[in-house]
Amino acid sequence: MVVAIGFEGSANKLGVGIVSDGVVLSNVRHTYHAPAGQGFLPRDTAAHHRKHVLDVLRRALDEARVTPADIDCVCFTKGPGMGAPLVSVAVVARTVAQLWRKPLVAVNHCVGHIEMGRLVTGARSPTVLYVSGGNTQVIAYSQQKYRIFGETIDIAVGNCLDRFARVLKLSNDPSPGYNIEQLAKQGTKYVELPYVVKGMDVSFSGILSHIESQGREKLERGECTAADLCYSLQETVFAMLVEITERAMAHCGSQEVLIVGGVGCNVRLQEMMATMAEERGGKVFATDERYCIDNGAMIAQAGWEMFRSGQVARLEDTWITQRYRTDEVEVTWRTD
Amino acid sequence: MSAEKECDSRLDWKLLKQGAEARVYSCMYLGKPAVVKERFVKTYRLPELDKKLTHRRMSQEVRSMARCRKHGIRAPAVFHFDATRRLIVMEHVTDGTLLKDYITSLNGGSKREEKLSNLVELIGSVLAQMHDIDLIHGDLTTSNMIFNAERRELTLIDFGLSYVSSLAEDKGVDLYVLERAFLSSHPNTETQFQILLDSYTRHSKKARAVVQKLDEVRTRGRKRTMVG
Ligand SMILES: Nc1ncnc2c1ncn2[C@@H]1O[C@H](COP(=O)(O)OP(=O)(O)OP(=O)(O)O)[C@@H](O)[C@H]1O
Ligand SMILES: [Mg+2]
Repeated sequence: MVVAIGFEGSANKLGVGIVSDGVVLSNVRHTYHAPAGQGFLPRDTAAHHRKHVLDVLRRALDEARVTPADIDCVCFTKGPGMGAPLVSVAVVARTVAQLWRKPLVAVNHCVGHIEMGRLVTGARSPTVLYVSGGNTQVIAYSQQKYRIFGETIDIAVGNCLDRFARVLKLSNDPSPGYNIEQLAKQGTKYVELPYVVKGMDVSFSGILSHIESQGREKLERGECTAADLCYSLQETVFAMLVEITERAMAHCGSQEVLIVGGVGCNVRLQEMMATMAEERGGKVFATDERYCIDNGAMIAQAGWEMFRSGQVARLEDTWITQRYRTDEVEVTWRTD
Repeated sequence: MSAEKECDSRLDWKLLKQGAEARVYSCMYLGKPAVVKERFVKTYRLPELDKKLTHRRMSQEVRSMARCRKHGIRAPAVFHFDATRRLIVMEHVTDGTLLKDYITSLNGGSKREEKLSNLVELIGSVLAQMHDIDLIHGDLTTSNMIFNAERRELTLIDFGLSYVSSLAEDKGVDLYVLERAFLSSHPNTETQFQILLDSYTRHSKKARAVVQKLDEVRTRGRKRTMVG
């Protein structure tokens, strides 16, 4: 039995989770919510993580009913993410690893999402759509790497949604994207927006500036409601995401698709993806907010895989990095 | 005349591929081998969005194929176009291999490097020619090129996302899309892709500005911090 503990804090979610041979023993999270109309800043987010991390760690150990002696490796997010929050959590992981005399495993955040998605859904070798506040990637595995087939060429889809939520002054609790999703349900009128797909790549910055300027004007003139704008934005950006995912599936000859990352808990996106997959005789796999949204268990799960295949970090190599691409990681734990 | 009549009966259509947006069937059209590319309704997206995209893409596809052929760039000839039925009937390129399959077939074989270099040289020159007539393909992947190794001929297909633009930025992004698709589909081909770019640079009149844009788009990607 191998027990792994994972520390995550690359953005505004702080999480500690414990995983043992594919079983999630605990997965505790504490989220920093910036005031409505604002994004989270690195300094405030790091302060939040520092304030709560020991409590979250204690709860994760208690819920899992394990003691430090039961743990085999301490996993933490090396990147990508915001510098200050990453550091604040990595410091704790390094400290407990030395106190407990356990090896450290440095995990790529994106790979954490993928491995958690595979564990929870049982998808074997899916085309992965990874959509979050900072990422938009279409990924498929081949030859020991998670290879990026498509990506945003400017901002991430979650960032586009979050920034639009700020324009509408929607609450950041539980997340701006969730509140857009709820409001969109009342939308009835489709407001035309730019639709920008380049092969397997997408671009969202034009859509955002268009809806920020012209959408707002339409709103002020009473030509549409805030709900209509949320609805139109979702329908447009999700159609783009489903389209590039389908293009990657056709290109790779894949029949499975897995959605991971925070935007992945959007039910409308899951529905659209499922419709697409059915049309091609394929299958969609998605997880709910416990695993879609950043959490500690996903870092523990990827770290568990890495640890078992011998990827342990020396203390001097446990620095963090804001930029760390998914395809930089050597996937030593897969044999296919 | 309806496409169905010309292509014999629909019953004789054989499904070749379900691509990203279309089903591609083989059939005969006035005695010639043809394919029917049918963009069926995508029910996952709003009907008005689907209609708009489909119509725009079909007409772009037909126009760009003609534009290529007019300038001596190989692309299938269009036989028939039916917007209401959402289908294009075009020449079936039967004397070649899908580039993706061709490259995969080279793996482990003899003279792989040499054959690959030869091939990417050709791709670079064809794309240079295409960009010099201000045509942006929009979906450059190794699934959208057909290669005849004996005659050293490259045919471009799938122009649904194509458009006309003289901007270096658009051409740079076109190459960027190809670069990622190429490197992710065919691991460890970085040197070959560089040969492709060198060939592009040699063959295109405006290559300098385009390659500079390509570098910019790449840097933008690498610099993104990817939070969350
Ligand atoms: N004219 C042709 N001759 C031979 N094979 C073809 C031809 N057109 C298409 N094919 C085959 O069918 C596949 C799918 O066609 P195509 O790329 O045009 O559609 P698609 O990828 O679904 O298009 P889109 O990206 O516009 O939705 C190609 O990859 C190729 O294998
Ligand atoms: Mg295609």
